[in-house]
Amino acid sequence: MAVEFDGGVVVGSDSRVSAGEAVVNRVFDKLAPLHERIYCALSGSAADAQAIADMVHYQLELHSLDMDEAPLVLAAASLVKGVSYKYKEELSAHLMVAGWDRKKGGQVYGTLGGMLTRHPFAIGGSGSSYIYGYVDAAYKPRMTPEECRQFTKNAIALAMSRDGSSGGVIYLVTITKSGAVEQVFLGDEIPKFYDE
Amino acid sequence: MEAGGTRLPLPFWAGGPAPGELYSLTCPSAAGPGLESHAGGGGPLTRPSENPMVTGTSVLGVKFDGGVVIAADMLGSYGSLARFRNISRIMKVNDNTVLGASGDYADFQYLKQVIDQMIIDEELLGDGHSYSPKAIHSWLTRAMYSRRSKMNPLWNTVVIGGFYNGESFLGYVDMLGVAYEDPTLATGYGAYLAQPLMREVLEKKPILTKDEARDLIERCMKILYYRDARSFNRYELAIVTEKGVEVEGPLSVETNWDIAHLIRGFE
Repeated sequence: MAVEFDGGVVVGSDSRVSAGEAVVNRVFDKLAPLHERIYCALSGSAADAQAIADMVHYQLELHSLDMDEAPLVLAAASLVKGVSYKYKEELSAHLMVAGWDRKKGGQVYGTLGGMLTRHPFAIGGSGSSYIYGYVDAAYKPRMTPEECRQFTKNAIALAMSRDGSSGGVIYLVTITKSGAVEQVFLGDEIPKFYDE
Repeated sequence: MEAGGTRLPLPFWAGGPAPGELYSLTCPSAAGPGLESHAGGGGPLTRPSENPMVTGTSVLGVKFDGGVVIAADMLGSYGSLARFRNISRIMKVNDNTVLGASGDYADFQYLKQVIDQMIIDEELLGDGHSYSPKAIHSWLTRAMYSRRSKMNPLWNTVVIGGFYNGESFLGYVDMLGVAYEDPTLATGYGAYLAQPLMREVLEKKPILTKDEARDLIERCMKILYYRDARSFNRYELAIVTEKGVEVEGPLSVETNWDIAHLIRGFE
């Protein structure tokens, strides 16, 4: 999940990788850095998602050396879209790209199915089905960074509680002009809701 | 040896496949009480094996010195959705037997209804006897096998635990009618994750105390919560001793996610 605020973005994810009913990794960090101030959130096939993230990480590094400046979030998102669209039939992953750049500030892009769309906030992954109602109801424009973090944590906690393929801990990254701050929330730090 | 022909099936096999004959999936005879299945309307409308809808995951069982303990989490999953997070998958059969079920929850509720009625009927006989855990296990084995032979199984794997005449009992029956007894039992994912742990402990110490058995179960429930994607951190514990049945719950396992702090990216 990724949410935009004035001056940056908050990106969050759960930490479960499952193979059918088996939990293969319960502490997997699904927030992969593409560049210093651009992260992507992985979902779908873990192998495909990692492969795309690695490719784009490399391409962005080269691009930023060529341009001799920090890459735009739109550039990163376009690269991800390029790979996702070209290999649309073969790949089974969705990467959400979010970050901060000088030109447009905080941005969130979805690349589902090889599209490129910008959103104030975006959710993805199997657990997202269960929180469309929640995020539509709870989202308010012009939230502060702290409110965005809380919104993200709440949404992910709710999804983790209902989706069998989601669980573990919540990884959060807040990206602004000053850089990226990574956080982990475990156990009691994860918001609790009605769960009977 | 007859050459096929119109040999009628023996009464034991009534309603099931006739040896040597073509077997159609329509359930012809609907006679008998209890767990006998019935075709919905008969004729071309067959009633094949169902697909499980709301399901429960593992059930664990461990014998100890003076009783048995059974544990099952309180989740009913609808595919990957954690749909019902506060349901009980353990039932008290009588003062010396408990039963835990995994698999289809509706089938478990039906089974519960049938068994509860059996216990009431037996009480009404007023002869002072009560069903032993072994008897329940044996009956259930036959009943589940009979259903599977009609291609209409109760989609459950059941663990029966009890304490009768100074002896602990722990038995397993699944939807195919496969049945056995063992000092440690686990259904579903528990069979892969928890059973090896339980067996390792019992190998070193064949007779456990009640507290040791309880600790073992808790350890296994924790591992299952970490590694079974269809589990939930709320479970019930049923302990049967000569004093009777005690169902404890809801309980939760203490989880440790500290290793998450050691993770940065995936490289």
